[in-house]
Amino acid sequence: MSDAPPVAARGLIKRYGKILAVDDVDLTVEAGDVFGYLGPNGAGKTTSLRMMLGLIRPTEGSVRLFGRDPVADGVKALDGVAGFVEAPLFYPYLSGRRNMRLLADYDGGESRARIDDLLELVELRDRAHDKVAGYSHGMRQRLGIAASLLRNPRLLLLDEPTTGLDPAGMRDMRALVRRLADEGITVLLSSHLLGEVEELCNRVAIIRKGKIVYEGSLRELLATAAAEYRLRSNEPERARMICLAQSGIEKVRVDDGEVRFQADEEAVSALSIALGQAHIGMTLLAPETASLEDLFLGLTEDDAPQEEVA
Amino acid sequence: MTAVYRWEIQKLLAQKRTYLGLGAAMLVPLIFVIVLQFQSGGPNDVPLGRYIRDTGLAVPFVALFFMSFWAFPLITSLVAGDVVASESHNGTLKTILTRSRERGEVFAGKVLAALTYTVVVVVAMATVGLVAGGLAWGFNPLTSLSGTKVSTGHGLALLAASVAVYFLPLAGIAAFALMLSTVTRNSAASVVGSLMWALLMQLISVLPGIEGIRPYLLATQFEAWHGFLRVPADWAPVVRAAWVCSLYTALPLAVAYLVFLRRDVTED
Repeated sequence: MSDAPPVAARGLIKRYGKILAVDDVDLTVEAGDVFGYLGPNGAGKTTSLRMMLGLIRPTEGSVRLFGRDPVADGVKALDGVAGFVEAPLFYPYLSGRRNMRLLADYDGGESRARIDDLLELVELRDRAHDKVAGYSHGMRQRLGIAASLLRNPRLLLLDEPTTGLDPAGMRDMRALVRRLADEGITVLLSSHLLGEVEELCNRVAIIRKGKIVYEGSLRELLATAAAEYRLRSNEPERARMICLAQSGIEKVRVDDGEVRFQADEEAVSALSIALGQAHIGMTLLAPETASLEDLFLGLTEDDAPQEEVA
Repeated sequence: MTAVYRWEIQKLLAQKRTYLGLGAAMLVPLIFVIVLQFQSGGPNDVPLGRYIRDTGLAVPFVALFFMSFWAFPLITSLVAGDVVASESHNGTLKTILTRSRERGEVFAGKVLAALTYTVVVVVAMATVGLVAGGLAWGFNPLTSLSGTKVSTGHGLALLAASVAVYFLPLAGIAAFALMLSTVTRNSAASVVGSLMWALLMQLISVLPGIEGIRPYLLATQFEAWHGFLRVPADWAPVVRAAWVCSLYTALPLAVAYLVFLRRDVTED
């Protein structure tokens, strides 16, 4: 039970009529992860999160939170779990503080004592007596975080927490997520913003049209696709021949007078020596690093059948 | 459970429509008394109507009669029809269902709060009617439907019993409104729909040739309290109201409960 990962989704499917919103999603979030759930709008991120929080029932497959099933165990599966899907919403006719009290009582009431501290943390204490109807989007987003933290979660599920915030609000929200992660809370954060995921997350899953097209560490994802080198020289044709002959150099092609190939660093350094020995002058030998954005677009916009990455 | 129920009451207390219904329920007997103060005629052909100027005790009974047609069904469904739909409308269902309360508990809290409101509006109406009528015409003994005099104290006890049995068909309307509120997720549709349901029940009850089923229609149960005002008391309509109304209440609540338990909580 204690070994069970915070989130384990297996074969998760949600069908709305003919629409397959989530299509066979496998996902594991390990304790301590800040897990980025990345995908374009409408890819199925929110639907997945709804199933994790027990708000909707999977058509097939299952979710386990610390080994517990939200469908079978109801809200007991949410012990130690908090978060929100889409924008966090509150009773507009109650004040921020009263909303917090209500939710504390829905959790059993013990967390009432922490309401003021949490309102302080999200910088809402001055406005706590105002009705939520008058709150800005950013304030509601912050109240959503405070309401989640009331549950003292070990796992936080956040659905695009920075969406709709101004740049300062986004920065503050990210700093808060980072801080919570540093305190040991496992975070699953959905986002369509690459920079955000790159900044915050150690592992990612990329979802496209309801399917996971990549799951793993961010570094590995970047490494797998970063391997094309550019070689510019005074004798492109001879250089190409040497590349073809050299071991560890693959997928050699010529593009716009440059040789391009894939190789690991060791093979590249051996190649540079071979080129020198053949008296070929190099003007450029450099890896062309794909940005996360290139990878993301490659993974999510390609309409051809998806290939396994990594 | 008590925390959920308490917060459901708090939510009602924070919303305007609660006071709209409650205010209407209290205004009707007041206006009634004021109008009768300036007019010579009276509601002579309704139960206890001809004694209305004899004692303030008669006022709440006459108001119960008049308000059964649409006023109380409307006031009841105004809140009961909103109690689940407003959570859908505000998107707060996802907020409370991801805390530590099972859906059944949340639903039960809502049902109890809606029924509490129904009790409160009827009691408030009866109290205002009694006080206003008493101030206008005194707290004299009441003439029963059998023509015998009933002491003021006994009359008050009969009023309390009548209000209690009058609540039963209203609970049926509240349950219907709750069902619509859960299924349609739309407050206005639920309020209008359950008012239509109440009016339809009345329409059926005045159709010719349905004498056999009339005792089992919801509208008929609004007259069950007449049994208390006979000497000796006629318990038959009261007992029938109890079991007939429990069916009218239990069936929609069961449907609503199952839908609420299984529904997908999304924002659409």
